[in-house]
Amino acid sequence: MAKSLLDKSLETELHQPLGVGRTLFSWGMTGIAFILTGMALLPLCSILLEILRQGIPNLGWEVFVSLPAPQGMTDVPNGFANALLGTILMVGIASLLSVPFGVMTGIFLSEFGKTSTIASGIRFITVILNSVPSIIAGVFAYAIVVITTHQFSAVAGGFALAVLMLPMVALTTEEALKLVPTSMRLASASLGGNSFQTTFRIVVASALPGITTGLLLAVARAAGETAPLLLTALSSQKWPDGLFSPTASMSVLIYNYANSPYPEQIQLAWTASLVLVGMVCITSILSRLFARKRSLVR
Amino acid sequence: MTNPDRAKQYLEVEHNLFQADPKNLLLEQGFTWLVRIFAFSTAGLLLWLSWIIFQDAEPAIAQFGSDFLLSQNWNVGELSFGAAPFIYGTVVSSTLALLIAVPIGLAVAIVTSENFLPVWVRSPLATLVELIAAIPSVIVGLWGIYVMIPVLQPLQLWLYKHLAWIPLFSTEPSGPSMLAAGVILAIVILPTISVISRDVLLAIPLELRNASMSLGATRWETIFKIILPASASGIVGATILALGRALGETMAVTMVIGNSAGINISLLEPAYSITSVLANEFAEALEKLHIGALMYLALILFVITLIVNLIAVLMVNIFTKKIN
Repeated sequence: MAKSLLDKSLETELHQPLGVGRTLFSWGMTGIAFILTGMALLPLCSILLEILRQGIPNLGWEVFVSLPAPQGMTDVPNGFANALLGTILMVGIASLLSVPFGVMTGIFLSEFGKTSTIASGIRFITVILNSVPSIIAGVFAYAIVVITTHQFSAVAGGFALAVLMLPMVALTTEEALKLVPTSMRLASASLGGNSFQTTFRIVVASALPGITTGLLLAVARAAGETAPLLLTALSSQKWPDGLFSPTASMSVLIYNYANSPYPEQIQLAWTASLVLVGMVCITSILSRLFARKRSLVR
Repeated sequence: MTNPDRAKQYLEVEHNLFQADPKNLLLEQGFTWLVRIFAFSTAGLLLWLSWIIFQDAEPAIAQFGSDFLLSQNWNVGELSFGAAPFIYGTVVSSTLALLIAVPIGLAVAIVTSENFLPVWVRSPLATLVELIAAIPSVIVGLWGIYVMIPVLQPLQLWLYKHLAWIPLFSTEPSGPSMLAAGVILAIVILPTISVISRDVLLAIPLELRNASMSLGATRWETIFKIILPASASGIVGATILALGRALGETMAVTMVIGNSAGINISLLEPAYSITSVLANEFAEALEKLHIGALMYLALILFVITLIVNLIAVLMVNIFTKKIN
């Protein structure tokens, strides 16, 4: 008697669909999750659309070759050629400073230090350095370069960007080198290659696409940085006057013009945003292409 | 080839094999040391940075001491400086950002790691959210001024009209506000939370899920009772990492927070953050004490973010160890 009752209840439980509460909970949570995901995509789509909508009408050859027009004048060509040059210049300086240190640190972490305590320590510090707020890098460059030279300059801006790029380059280089199979190192060593030859001719050479990917990502990040440049390179309405003078950059130009009372300056800020996002996108796509090349080699 | 010739050749090879070339050895050791020096200087950079900022903040630390943290007065003309409004602005805007971004980021992570959607939708979706991180924050700020604030303003007015009895919404909104800063920060840190949480969720062993499902749990019961608890340390790590980003974010905040120094409980009132005052005043600071006070602020921000990031990195490490 009791046994059949138990059987019965088990049977109903097994054959009955999920209880109302549990079904509602399932559907409700799925709904909420999808709505929140939609909300996450909303700002991104809105930002991209707005940049295209506001930036394209003004986009022409003129903006790439002319200097910013003086305030309030609408009949002269208006552009950001100096800012474009300034950004390229400062990212170039930053790359020159950060790449040797970054790549060598990556080599140390992957080839020499490996899992030793010293290497773990350096890796940890590099990770922490990677998360230092960009404005702090700016403050540092201000104290080191601007205060000593008594001058806002492209060098100071490049130095600040280098501090931000260095840990990124180091960590991505390490990752790229770790992907090279150990057998290649052993083969090189067994043919008599010393560590210098093994590292540069074999390991670095075959990890070059990966290293380039990391480098390009770091460049893309540096090109969009604004905060450190505000207090190191300042900005300028003219062409850069040597490396030790205030230098305009795309990102600072966008910031300065964003709250401008003149509509043509706001317009220029949007066009500059379009160009800057374009530059960042092209760099990222290039880096993906390099990454794909690496996976084909594999 | 004659016999003596061949013997000579063997000898030569033997010689080559057994004698270390002094030039080679030098190259080997020199290179090893060079790599070490570069690696140590990278690590030394953090030390150098901390030392320089501390040193330049020294005049202000000597002058104001710990009163700096509590004083509300920031007057460049009178050379009296207090950090309280800025610390308050930074902490409140970052907290708001976390309150908004954590649920949304987790939802994105769950939707893109579960099999609600086919893979060809799921992974582009994840990449798309990741893309927000690639947009320079100054452009997010520009969008904030011209698109987000006008959209947010009716909401702010509604909050003021209907919920003014809550102190948080007790002042009339004018556009830029603490709330706007919180929302824009949430957008900026969203990818950090969703990307890392997604990786963490994907790393949870399949056995856990299968066991839970086979015992009759529904998908969401599995998520809430099994998967989220198992990935808690990783998700908390992601959240703390995002907090570190929010504390240090400069441009997007500066452009929408309103830049008005003062402590006001209302979220609809303009405020000021540490990063904003650094961005706005550093280039114009001439007085030694003014620069010192700004350096002191930078030092406070640096120390806070350092601690936050240390905790975050350790949390993520703990999670990775646990999974492996």
